[in-house]
Formats: sequence, structure tokens, C-alpha cells
Amino acid sequence: MQEIKKDYKPLIVAFCCNWCSYAGADLAGSSRLSYPAEVKIIRVPCSCRVNPTFILKAFQRGADGVIICGCHPGDCHYTSGNYFARRRMSLLFSMLDYLGIERERTRVEWVSAAEGAKFSAVMNDFAKTVTELGENKRLEDLRCKN
Amino acid sequence: MQKLNELALEKAKTLLANGTVARVLGWKKGELGYDLEPAVFYSESDLEGFIYNAFSGANLSKYLIEESKKEGKVLVFLKPCDSYSFNQLVKEHRIVKENVYTVGIECQGKLDVKKLKEKGIEIVDGVIENVDDVTVISLGKEYNFVKEEVLLGKCSVCEKHLLSYDEVISLHDKRTPKLDRFEIVKKLEAMTADERYAFWKGELSKCIRCNACRNVCPACNCLKCVFDNDASGIASKANSDSFEEKLFHIIRAFHVAGRCTDCGECSRVCPQAIPLHLLNRKFISDINRLYGEFQAGEDDVTKGPLTAYTTGDAEPSEVFGGNK
Repeated sequence: MQEIKKDYKPLIVAFCCNWCSYAGADLAGSSRLSYPAEVKIIRVPCSCRVNPTFILKAFQRGADGVIICGCHPGDCHYTSGNYFARRRMSLLFSMLDYLGIERERTRVEWVSAAEGAKFSAVMNDFAKTVTELGENKRLEDLRCKN
Repeated sequence: MQKLNELALEKAKTLLANGTVARVLGWKKGELGYDLEPAVFYSESDLEGFIYNAFSGANLSKYLIEESKKEGKVLVFLKPCDSYSFNQLVKEHRIVKENVYTVGIECQGKLDVKKLKEKGIEIVDGVIENVDDVTVISLGKEYNFVKEEVLLGKCSVCEKHLLSYDEVISLHDKRTPKLDRFEIVKKLEAMTADERYAFWKGELSKCIRCNACRNVCPACNCLKCVFDNDASGIASKANSDSFEEKLFHIIRAFHVAGRCTDCGECSRVCPQAIPLHLLNRKFISDINRLYGEFQAGEDDVTKGPLTAYTTGDAEPSEVFGGNK
């Protein structure tokens, strides 16, 4: 386990589906519920728009954790997008784990537009987990760092 | 087993002569006896270079993407593993099936040149193959091996049988594998995360990014590959860390997940002897465990596991199985 600097702040990338989780983040904001500033949200049309290479790219470019948020299974705006995303992410996460990369660095959460509180709780929890893990060393790419 | 070569050659000559096919896709003799390469033969005199023996490991189906789009029919010899790749490519509409005349050919496992070299055999003058053992003639000496000692990794665990062919050339029943193909995957899964990381760092840091695994893979058949992207920002840069090609390998394996027939070509061609098939097999074993037994290429119609779903699929947080 690497030593974690005292003032260490992780970089977290959150892919949020336009229809549920992004609106959930909005609701968290308008309800005055806070979530860490380290979480950088990228809006995607659907969780299944997230190509596994997006996640790897985020890690390559220095992310310490990546979270994908989508509509609850059954509630996809496009009927079935999140079901496909679920299979893809399951296989990708299992593969990362197989390579010995900390499985806590990646996560999928289903957050609806009405779950501002859940969004905030999920992000706080994920940021805490990633902070405890420290910097992402196992998936970094020094060619992409300044 | 030498009879197979004669039968295949005869078949090729007959079909060329009577005009059923315009060309033949097969294996050509190399310089050193073991370096057979895929080749297209257009005439009977061309066919002098044709050979089918224990070194015909190369999977020919990928070459059909180009060959089946040319004028006239092409005759292809498919070993059991090649026939799965063939089906998969037909399913993906990459091969024009009507332009291909397929001859299934018996295979009792192909030899691994790297393993022979480890045993001190540098030059091969001839090879006499039986179902369970093989004799390699090198510089006048005969070396006898039990198949397991010298087979390609993919062949020692092969459970495949011939699928999809117009004709078949076969003299013996296929030998049954003595090893379980998921054995090493299971062993890795039983390790701790740190041990797994150390294992893969050791293996993947040997990678020289020659792209041979991608070029040979029948499932890697995109017209424009994601790795040929000059804008990636890393294309012209040397690694600053020996493990930086890991991302390449994760993406390569993921892109063929659910379509990989486990033909093992990636590991066969790797000049650095990285066990790349273990990445693909992890996906196969996960797919079998989570979404039901699935063998890509078993037919040319069934939907792949990543293009289908059920509402009760496992959540990504609970897919780690018995891994520590």
C-alpha cells in the first residue's frame, strides 16, 4: 500500500447519463446537497454510450477513480441501453480485477433524476474510497502526464 | 497423418482443374521446415509449394475477408479451430460465404516451434505425426515426443470439432485433450490482487507493441483500427514505463470479448511469448459464468453475449467471483 499524502485530493471522473444521473446531480445541487469538487462530471446521452476505452482513457490521463451513473435497470430512456452497459462494465471491471488493479477504483451506480440525495451520498462515498486508495499507479500512463 | 497432405493436395488439384474454384488458400512450405505460411495458390504448378503438416498452425479464415470478395470461388482448408473463426466471420458479414468452398481437415494439434527450440531443435527436415506422439527429424536425427510436450498451448486444450464445411478430409477421430483450458485462469483468479498485478506486469512488460496479435486475430477485423490513431497522443512516444502497454492489451482483449473463438493465434504469433490468450479466456470464462455457456463461432446466427442482455444480469459490483 502506498503512502498517501496528507492533502491528497483524487481526480474522479463521473460519466452521468443525461436523463437520470445528470438530472440527479442537478437536483443534488438545487437541494443544496454537496458532493466533492474532485468529481468531474461528463454528460453522456446514455450509460451505454460509455465505451470501455473512455474509462481506460480517463485512467491513462490521470484519473484516480471512474464512476458510471445511469438510469436504474428497467428505466432507461432508450429502453435497454443500461442493460448493455451493465454487461460491458461487468466484464471490464472483472478484467481490471484480473490484472490486479484495485477493484474499488471503478464503480457503476444507478441514480435516478429524483435521487439527488443518493447522488450526493454516492459521490461522497466514492471520493472517500478513492482517497483512501491513493493515487492510481497501476493504470497510469506516464506518456500522458506532464 | 502424411496421407492428409496428399489427400488435401489431390482435392485442391481436382477442384482447380474442374473449375469449381479459381484459387486455393492453404499453407506454403517455408525455408526452415517449420515456418509454414498462409498462401494463395492459383494453378497446379503453384501447388508444388503446398503443404499440410504438423506445423500448419496458422488460422486461414481471416484471409477470406479479402479472398472471398474477389472474383471466382476460393477453396479453403479449415482445421477445427479455423472453422469456428470462419463461422464467426460469416456471422459478422465479413466473409462472402457463397464464394468460399470449405474443406474441413483433420487436426490432431499443431506443434509449437518455440517449444521445439527449447528442446534444441533449430532445423526441421521432416515430421512424422501420429495421433498421440510425433517424431521430428532434424539434421539426420530423430526426436520422438509425446504430443503434450510440444503442442501449441491452444492445441493441448482443444475441444473443438469441425463445423461448417462442404467436404471433409479426416482419417482418425480427434484426440481428446488431457488439460482443462481454464486451469491457468482459475489459478490466477485464486491469487491475491498484488500477485496478479505482479504476474501481468511481468508478462505484459515484455510487449514490444509489434501488433502481431492484432494483425493475426480473426476477430480483429475492423477496417480502421482504434490503435492506428495518430491523435491518441502516444503513437510516436516511447514507453516511459515498461508496463505501459497494458492498456493496449486490455482494449485488444475487450474488443474481441464475446466474439473470440479462443483460436489461440494471438499467443502463437507473439514473438515475446506473452500468454495473451489468458486475457481472452478470462472474458470467455466470465461470460460462461455470468451469462451462460457460450462458444463464439459455434454457428453463424446466434447473438453474442455483449449484444444481448437479460433483466436479471449480475451487477458490476458483484462479478468478481471467488477472486481475492
